[in-house]
Amino acid sequence: MTGIQEWFTKFSDEFYKCFIREDRYKLLLDGIGVTIKISLLAVFIGILIGMLIAMCNLSKKKLPKIIGGIYTDVIRGTPSVTQLMIIYFVIFATVNLDKWIIAAIAFGINSGAYVSEIIRGGILSVNHGQVEAGRSLGLNGFQTMTRIVIPQAVKNIFPALCNEFIVLVKETAIVGYVGLMDIQKAGDFIKSATFLAFMPLIGTAVIYYVLIKILTLLLGRVEKALRKSDIR
Amino acid sequence: MIKVKNLHKKFGDLTVLDGIDEHISPGEVVVVIGPSGSGKSTFLRCLNLLEEATEGEIYVDDQQINAPKVNVNEVRQKMGMVFQQFNLFPHLTIMDNITLAPVLLKKMTKQEAVKKGQELLERVNLSEKADAYPAQLSGGQQQRVAIARALAMNPEIMLFDEPTSALDPEMVGEVLDVMKDLARSGMTMVIVTHEMGFAREVASRVLFIDQGQVMESGTPEEVFSNPKNERTKLFLSKVL
Repeated sequence: MTGIQEWFTKFSDEFYKCFIREDRYKLLLDGIGVTIKISLLAVFIGILIGMLIAMCNLSKKKLPKIIGGIYTDVIRGTPSVTQLMIIYFVIFATVNLDKWIIAAIAFGINSGAYVSEIIRGGILSVNHGQVEAGRSLGLNGFQTMTRIVIPQAVKNIFPALCNEFIVLVKETAIVGYVGLMDIQKAGDFIKSATFLAFMPLIGTAVIYYVLIKILTLLLGRVEKALRKSDIR
Repeated sequence: MIKVKNLHKKFGDLTVLDGIDEHISPGEVVVVIGPSGSGKSTFLRCLNLLEEATEGEIYVDDQQINAPKVNVNEVRQKMGMVFQQFNLFPHLTIMDNITLAPVLLKKMTKQEAVKKGQELLERVNLSEKADAYPAQLSGGQQQRVAIARALAMNPEIMLFDEPTSALDPEMVGEVLDVMKDLARSGMTMVIVTHEMGFAREVASRVLFIDQGQVMESGTPEEVFSNPKNERTKLFLSKVL
């Protein structure tokens, strides 16, 4: 009995030190805000860039193809930490923007390369007969793309896109490298301040896990709505 | 209505159409037959510019349509096309499949298009399916919807590219019935098909195409009962 009691006392003591004393939970709460802010903006930028690069890669013209190719190649060929630091300390060194916005731009640029490949695959997965049917009715290329091909592609790529969003949220855990206090950095800070490792790190993991779980459930609902036309 | 002069089509080194001259008048129902790989589908697809002719001229209502600066989309609005694989839009309901183009291209208001859609669905015997999705329909039903969708644009000409080849045998009849009805109503039609019985019954003219050329052209009676060309005879002996 005493063993369990001892363990419990130790646990609550560490819990108090890590999260309650000096209002340390506020650090984590702020961290959650930073992680969410960066993730949302980065997803948005990532999709925009992804669409643009996908169009480049699908283009029949040479120049857009080359630009798209180089972009995907460079981004996929370098670590995201390196990209983040280059964008933060080199490219935006003299630009007066909020730190988190610069970080979001960096993650958006990174995510864009992966999203572009997902979108490209999705568009290619739509049967060419769909394009012919649209064009034969007199729709122009743009109308066929936006009304016929893209709505079908979105449904096909949605699971892969969800996966990319989840990866992106977790990827933001490196923003500590440019001095931002997200969930990971807050946990790390508490670890240094309390000389305790177990509680702050497990706490960090739990927070990420719950965030991702909520995101997964939300995206699952959207996917269900998208699948409406598949009912037989 | 359609005039084709010296039409050639090459895919790389492969010559698929090798000089076709043809004139299709309003109200004609032209059935194109021939062995597979003979170029009959390519001929049809050249007519609404899904394939670009390598050489030659195509006129619709005296306008050359395969010339530079021609608005391809306007030309295609005059010609409905029905595909072997139906190609309905799977993400849209049957009604939306039919109304999409007329509304988007500002031929009709949404209300007019829906009214027209209901009439067309009645015509192809599918009124009760307006709110279903394509995946919920049988092949024969999908193809009838595809015909209705093409008709919604009020085309002057209807092109059919092997419309019954992807269907289960018991569904062929229902699609052919719709096409017969359409032919009787005076629609100008060009039909690529392997249904010889249908060709004999409905065609005002039969074209036999082989090796990218029109080998024989005439009434069903002339072509089926009294073929003059050796190749036509050989082909018919295999399929009849």
